[in-house]
Amino acid sequence: MTKIKSLADLRKLKDEVQSKIQLREKGDHPENLVHIKVSMATCGIASGAKETMNYLVEELDHQGIDAVVTQTGCMGYCYAEPTIEVLIPGKESVVYGFVDKVKAQEIIEKHIKLNELVDGIIPANYKTLED
Amino acid sequence: MAEFNTHILVCGGTGCKASQADLLKTNLTKRIIDHGLHEQVQVLQTGCFGFCEKGPIVKIQPDNTFYVSVEPEDANEIVDEHILKGRKVERLLYKDPKTEEKVGDSKHMDFYKKQVRIALRNCGFINPENIEEYIGNDGYAALGKCLESYSPKEVIDLIKKSGLRGRGGGGFPTGLKWEITHNVAGDEKFVVCNADEGDPGAFMDRSILEGDPHSVIEAMAICGYCIGASKGLVYIRAEYPLAIQRLKIALEQAKEYGLLGPEILGSAFNFEIEIRYGAGAFVCGEETALIHSMEGKRGEPTFKPPFPSESGYMGKPTNVNNVETFANIPPIINKGADWFASIGTEKSKGTKVFALAGKINNVGLIEVPMGITLREVIYDIGGGIKDGKEFKAVQTGGPSGGCLTIDFLDTPIDYDNLIAAGSMMGSGGMIVMDEDDCMVSIAKFYLEFTLDESCGKCTPCRIGNKRLHEILVKITEGKGTSEDIDKLRMLSHVIKDTSLCGLGQTSPNPILSTLDNFLHEYEAHVEHQSCPAGQCKALMQYVIEDEKCTGCTLCFRNCPVGAISGEKRSPHYIDQKLCIKCGVCFEKCKFDAIKIA
Repeated sequence: MTKIKSLADLRKLKDEVQSKIQLREKGDHPENLVHIKVSMATCGIASGAKETMNYLVEELDHQGIDAVVTQTGCMGYCYAEPTIEVLIPGKESVVYGFVDKVKAQEIIEKHIKLNELVDGIIPANYKTLED
Repeated sequence: MAEFNTHILVCGGTGCKASQADLLKTNLTKRIIDHGLHEQVQVLQTGCFGFCEKGPIVKIQPDNTFYVSVEPEDANEIVDEHILKGRKVERLLYKDPKTEEKVGDSKHMDFYKKQVRIALRNCGFINPENIEEYIGNDGYAALGKCLESYSPKEVIDLIKKSGLRGRGGGGFPTGLKWEITHNVAGDEKFVVCNADEGDPGAFMDRSILEGDPHSVIEAMAICGYCIGASKGLVYIRAEYPLAIQRLKIALEQAKEYGLLGPEILGSAFNFEIEIRYGAGAFVCGEETALIHSMEGKRGEPTFKPPFPSESGYMGKPTNVNNVETFANIPPIINKGADWFASIGTEKSKGTKVFALAGKINNVGLIEVPMGITLREVIYDIGGGIKDGKEFKAVQTGGPSGGCLTIDFLDTPIDYDNLIAAGSMMGSGGMIVMDEDDCMVSIAKFYLEFTLDESCGKCTPCRIGNKRLHEILVKITEGKGTSEDIDKLRMLSHVIKDTSLCGLGQTSPNPILSTLDNFLHEYEAHVEHQSCPAGQCKALMQYVIEDEKCTGCTLCFRNCPVGAISGEKRSPHYIDQKLCIKCGVCFEKCKFDAIKIA
């Protein structure tokens, strides 16, 4: 490690290392962030949910979009795996089926950035206890 | 490059480590590697989360899951279920004792809802052994800001404006202390960090050093810049091995990154820090005694003035601050004096860390805004009294403090209110007592502590406290008289008036405060030879109620001294001459037939 010689150096290092803990900060304050849940049960993983999730994490990070990507259990749409749920603060959550990398990119470009819905939405067919 | 998409944070505080948190972390790491997830999931150890009652704690981010009482064997289930399949392990979630419902994340736990974490901001958030995580969370930015844009005087004014007061107990305004040391002329000055945490039950300084050592290092450097010192010393007790180890690692890293040493961040400011070990004497928390101990002399206090700011370590101007005080400095500089001053009460700004202990459900470390009430701390955050018993009192300020009764439950907590209520802030220990605690015994307990810790220099403290203790022993044995109560009061005032340092001046406080608030308990001991709480062994006896005793012989078989006799299936009897009042029969009896009389 070379020594930090100025405040500018310190700030530069901060920007570099901040990403290491950013995930924890987001986790502590999830209310205002886009939240994507990837269904990662056996069926999801077998259908490539892992690749989808990795792609989402990398792409969002790459584009500098503040979002939390978490995994969740089986949503019940096993016929449409991989499925993901997109929650934008203040909006109804939307579930997409058959999300591969191409679909994931489309969702980021249109739904998350422009707030336009994309094909492939699975209509909600149940309510949770909280609803 | 793919960043880690999940972080598993395992508590690495002393408490959780004692409950096998290290093995837990090893098991988690191993399972992650077994599944080939080590490039996506990061397992790391953080400082104390504060919820020590239910340690070891595991927090999973970014979904903010909070697992409690996790054992090493649970590691595989957490990885297999939560990480692999995305299902929370219900069994390990915290259960809200009021609603009986499982709480999935820390945000919805009563324990955290009312807390405001400034001094503990990084505890349980970053890995204390990695300087980059500290830097990533605004670390050393305050130091950089001071060196680049502020003069020492401007920084001092900012601290003064924030209203920060010393967190070690006295509550002296920190900015003013810095200003005084700044104004004293001297070729060499010192910054001292007082990490000699001595109050029984208090462990906030240890937790800060264990969980966020860099914040103390950064603040000491800022203090050095303000008062014109190039050397800092941390006086820490040798009984804190983990805190020492993490502080050493942090010092090494800070040096390596050029944040300690010559010409810090390209400025003309030089600063270095050394560690000095204490042997764990309570009196060495007093600043003059602390300085003598660091100089290699006996840890005895001397008369003030001269204050350390004029003549301290090696006779040079010295600024002594407590760990928690230092931990508040970087956020004040980063976020501004007005932000800090907006939290708290009129004369006590910011937050205070308290160590909750005693008969309370959620034992642990909490940080709350000044002005919160005892009721909120005990019932909302602390989860109420253990086993549904009645609250009797809370002891604050350690051996120098006093007891606050039920009448003070709604008093806002700050420096001045606690003093007005007959206690003090102290370093922030809070020991909760319930209906089963005898207040005379409590006073005796604290006095035993001061007796052990008195350095012996002043006669009133050395001999007076001994006499106080003798009178208390006499009362708890049922041999006291009403004159003894008057004597206690008089002698206490003499000791307070004639001792040199804070230890002697405050040692009778637990007695005076219990006399004020629980005189009837003293009177019961003296006049009726009875202990209302049933704690004083000499004044109580165990008796068996004939009607309830079934003659099961369980008490007979368990009595260690053979004091119980009786035929099978007929009532038993305790021989009071033989009974040593150990209470085994009382605990063992299944029919509630044994009573305390």
